[in-house]
Amino acid sequence: MLGFTFSPLSEQALVIETGTIINKQSEQAVRKLSALLEKQAPDWLTEFIPAFTTVTVFYDPCQIRQAEVEEELRLLGAQVDEVEAPTPRQIEIPVCYGGDFGPDLSFVAEHNGLTPEEVIKIHTSGTYSVHMIGFAPGFPFIGGMSEKIAAPRRKSPRLRIPERTVGIAGMQTGVYPIETPGGWQLIGRTPLRLFVPEQDIPSLLRAGDEIRFTQIDEAEYREQEAKIDAEHP
Amino acid sequence: MLNIRKSGLQTAVQDLGRIGFQRYGVIASGVMDPFAHRIANLLAGNAENSPTLEIALSGPVIEFEADHFIAVCGGDLSPSLDGKPLAMWRGHFVPKGSVLSFGEPKRGARSYLAVAGGFDLEPVMDSHSTYLRAGIGGFKGRALKNGDSLTTLPVEAARMEALKNQNGQTPDWLIPPARYHEQPIVRMMPGRQYELFDEASRARIFEEPFTVSANSDRMGYRLEGPGLALEKQEELISEAVAFGSVQVPADGNPIVLLADRQTTGGYPKIGQVASVDLPLISQLKPGESLKFRHISADDAQQLYIEQEQQIRQLKIAIQMKREEWT
Repeated sequence: MLGFTFSPLSEQALVIETGTIINKQSEQAVRKLSALLEKQAPDWLTEFIPAFTTVTVFYDPCQIRQAEVEEELRLLGAQVDEVEAPTPRQIEIPVCYGGDFGPDLSFVAEHNGLTPEEVIKIHTSGTYSVHMIGFAPGFPFIGGMSEKIAAPRRKSPRLRIPERTVGIAGMQTGVYPIETPGGWQLIGRTPLRLFVPEQDIPSLLRAGDEIRFTQIDEAEYREQEAKIDAEHP
Repeated sequence: MLNIRKSGLQTAVQDLGRIGFQRYGVIASGVMDPFAHRIANLLAGNAENSPTLEIALSGPVIEFEADHFIAVCGGDLSPSLDGKPLAMWRGHFVPKGSVLSFGEPKRGARSYLAVAGGFDLEPVMDSHSTYLRAGIGGFKGRALKNGDSLTTLPVEAARMEALKNQNGQTPDWLIPPARYHEQPIVRMMPGRQYELFDEASRARIFEEPFTVSANSDRMGYRLEGPGLALEKQEELISEAVAFGSVQVPADGNPIVLLADRQTTGGYPKIGQVASVDLPLISQLKPGESLKFRHISADDAQQLYIEQEQQIRQLKIAIQMKREEWT
């Protein structure tokens, strides 16, 4: 619990920061805090949003003031060391790279002095882990990407990015589960559905999952997409 | 039963939001103006979180197939019943066959229609909010279309009879003060990354006016004004955002995140709008402008608590009035 800091996001939300850089330690702390909040949610808690190095706790100010929220979270945080994080699952994400599916593949290549093929090779050779789910339903922020293919966010976000598009922002990579605006560089598309509202946990991926990207061609993409969409028309 | 003869620009079922699923990235959605939505429900005798119809700018034409008791609150989009102007912020008995329509948007951008009993719809992830981008919740996961029919839950016959007899007698003191302005002063707390902005930007955000761009929607309002810049450019670690978070992408134009906001964001947040002033932003039309004024998180919390107390008092007053009637 040493080193956790607290600051308001709003008059009804408090941010617990577990670290200032993304590393195993701060992420484990986020996962364990989340597990504790799942298990023993205080009455005043309306919900919480875990991220890379933060857990943001939303509360009802009519029931509790900020200073007391902070105090209770400190007590909860003292139990963090006793909690065990669940074992990671392993999931493969097929991607059809470039073309209309990945209009920014050439930008990512040029930005790093590589060919598009080299970008694909690097993107598919890594083992990744899901740091958090956020931004859009089931959207995974995936860590472990090589610095060789890192690229900045767009200066002005795109207004519409098609669902299932795979993108890069900084040293992160991720997939847009539904059509949304966004600022990431787009490199390809997966036939998988990452947002599954029919299920109790409406996200295919969860924080902690281990992931590998594999390359498929457009014909394989079409075939897999049709099969997956037939399951939930 | 409500028959939607014309759907209007965007009319969709909303409640106070899909709470508890943001940790799976599921956005909260819900009404843009929670205050107007809650008052409309209270006036109609519903729970505050009952679904209402959120009506944007150009309103629908709705035919009532049975006797109903309704309230319309929020932005003034010139509602009328059978051609006669309908007073907002109060309850009305509407007899079978009545037609509700809307005209010019006079002040504000969104109106809320609550119908006694509430709409008979299946919740998705514990909420009746329409999540348009994902196509779930509300009425078939979408905005209303011409020819749709919405069923309401029944209201006790004796109660409806009493409401009918007391029609038009909702006392004036129940009407909350008009809070929508064309150029509102919106109170804002410094955001989590406020200190990362350069000195000029930190001053400008509280001094100069910002105009709502045409690229604005329920997800967020893009504001145009003096450019805002960080002391030094850097990539941030994504973290949770909230209704009213003001983030600034590298183009320097702030975006106020609203009902359909994403759950987390990676752009620096220069500010956070006080909850009580969110309706002032949600009711702005593209082209209108606003000014931000500094408030501390403590003061914003105090205002929030005071408003909740006022709503609670209003709720009690309405309930007592109803008991007098019935």
